[in-house]
Amino acid sequence: MFYREAGNFKTTYADDMALFPLPLTRYAAMVLLILFALIVPLVLHEYYLSIFNLIFIAIVGALGLNILVGWTGQISIGHAAFMSVGAYTAANLATRLDLPFWITLPAGGLMAALIGAIVGIPSLRIKGTYLAIATLASQLIIEWIINHTPAISGGASASIEVARPTILGYEVKTQRDLYFFTFFFAVIAIVATMNLVRSRIGRAFIAIRDQDIAAEIIGINIFRYKLTAFAISSFYAGVCGVLYTYYFGIANYEAFQIVVSIDYLAMVIIGGLGSVLGSVLGAAFVTALPVVIRLVVEAFGGYIWDAAALSAIAASMRLVIFGALIIFFLVVEPEGLARLWRNIRNYFRVWPFSY
Amino acid sequence: MDGELGFLFSLLVSGLSIGMMYALIALGFVLVYKATDAINFAQGEFVMLAGFICATTLVYELPLWLALLTTVVLMVAFSFALERIVLRPLLGRPVVAVIMATIGLAAMLRGLPPITIGAQTKTIPLPIGDEPVEFLGTSLPQIQILGIVVTILCLAAFTWFFTKSRMGVAMRAVADNQQVAMAMGINVERYFAIAWAMAGVVAALGGIIWGSMLGVDTQLALVGLKVFPVVILGGLDSIVGAVVGGLIVGVVESVAAGYLDPVVGGGTKDFAPYVLMIVALMFKPYGLFGKRRIERI
Repeated sequence: MFYREAGNFKTTYADDMALFPLPLTRYAAMVLLILFALIVPLVLHEYYLSIFNLIFIAIVGALGLNILVGWTGQISIGHAAFMSVGAYTAANLATRLDLPFWITLPAGGLMAALIGAIVGIPSLRIKGTYLAIATLASQLIIEWIINHTPAISGGASASIEVARPTILGYEVKTQRDLYFFTFFFAVIAIVATMNLVRSRIGRAFIAIRDQDIAAEIIGINIFRYKLTAFAISSFYAGVCGVLYTYYFGIANYEAFQIVVSIDYLAMVIIGGLGSVLGSVLGAAFVTALPVVIRLVVEAFGGYIWDAAALSAIAASMRLVIFGALIIFFLVVEPEGLARLWRNIRNYFRVWPFSY
Repeated sequence: MDGELGFLFSLLVSGLSIGMMYALIALGFVLVYKATDAINFAQGEFVMLAGFICATTLVYELPLWLALLTTVVLMVAFSFALERIVLRPLLGRPVVAVIMATIGLAAMLRGLPPITIGAQTKTIPLPIGDEPVEFLGTSLPQIQILGIVVTILCLAAFTWFFTKSRMGVAMRAVADNQQVAMAMGINVERYFAIAWAMAGVVAALGGIIWGSMLGVDTQLALVGLKVFPVVILGGLDSIVGAVVGGLIVGVVESVAAGYLDPVVGGGTKDFAPYVLMIVALMFKPYGLFGKRRIERI
């Protein structure tokens, strides 16, 4: 992270795979943890904390999608549908059975994982383009089913209101409370992903991504691992959906439409495919950008467009800028923000003797 | 004919005619995939863009033929530029990259009209009547008949192009094996550009016809979502498949909407083609007419 090592002293595989290659990395991680767990929530205004909350929730979803797209090489354009599965599962459990969040949250994740694994079944026979279209279809089909089944969606407006989570009798309701709530899950998701991708399963994912037929020949059961990738990825998506539900206090399918799937794809591409840091940076970037766009359009848009149309303009502007950024990163920097960060770090690592 | 059978017949006729219009849009998709292996998730947005260009030129009171010509020319120019700027750098990269690039493009195109020329629905008045034509006891809007004629003309033109013309044969060679085509002295990149330009022409025609049928706004891009079931059923690289797939999807959604909508309360039209497509993917992943791919390491 923020260090310059004097040489490469790794002598065992365990050293090479370690989460913290040097003690300094450990300290840096601790500093970051303290910064975000204590200093940020106590210093910043609630409005900024609400942006952080959305970023933390997006980090969970982006990590999940990155496991599928970035590490396993399977594309999914239906990720928002898995989020809606998690969201509605949790909302139904919470309102009908009165279950607390620490049951509904994993339940939502597991339900999404199940649906995700089912959607992933075609991935054994089809890949690339065909898989992209199949996941797109599953997005539309899941959306339609939720929307047309009152038993799931809770009636005409297809939305279920959910009470805020309570921890040991304390209701998590202000943005500051929710900050700790979402931050906790974001950290768990980050640590879990870092460990997953250096495990046997993660290595298998990478082998499948690089050449799936070759992976099968060296003895990786690709059917099992592809389904595992879909299930794990959808589990993250489900948890992300549950977090959205508790955060907004409502489960609504409109928050999980195909545009959201594309937002999450934008996160992993802009951030960097196959990178934990990339998912985090991408989630932060894609979540914060609309806020910036809205501020800019509201401040200066009045000179060009009708004042009444500004919010629609901001939404369109966001689409244009996202689309342009996706294309830009794909063409110019396919490894995304994570790569840019690495380039900067590598420059300073040997600075001022750059040879 | 009347009663149950008459109802079914009118559903079939309207399904077939709308299916031909889907086929028109799917043709552009298939052309690009066939020649360049690139999948265009922005096909619906292409159609929307063409509709907007046509409607905007008509606002300036250009004669209709000039507006149509402008649309075609601008769409060809746009496709050329797209191939040059976005898709050529992505050659040889994983298929996910191209898919994402066209998804990004789709988002961009959908966002552009509201911030440039306004989001309100525009019309493309073609010189045809409004009243539907009676046909064997059912009725068809004239615009759909025009759509069918245009699709058939396109189909005939492409069939001629791919079987008889030198360029078309060269393009088939490119589609079949890029390296061998290169070795035979075919300028592969030039044919990529030509394929995109042809897709631009088809999108322009689709945009004009669909735009004049539905009105031009960003909703027009949703037509693109219908393209996927069509091309998956027909096979991604088959022009005949695009038409057959279009007809199947048109009939299925029309019949499903006619019989299921009263039961489940609407929306079957958008849903049924996708279920059909998932089934097709499970049992016949390369479609009815698609070329089976054999992978080598």
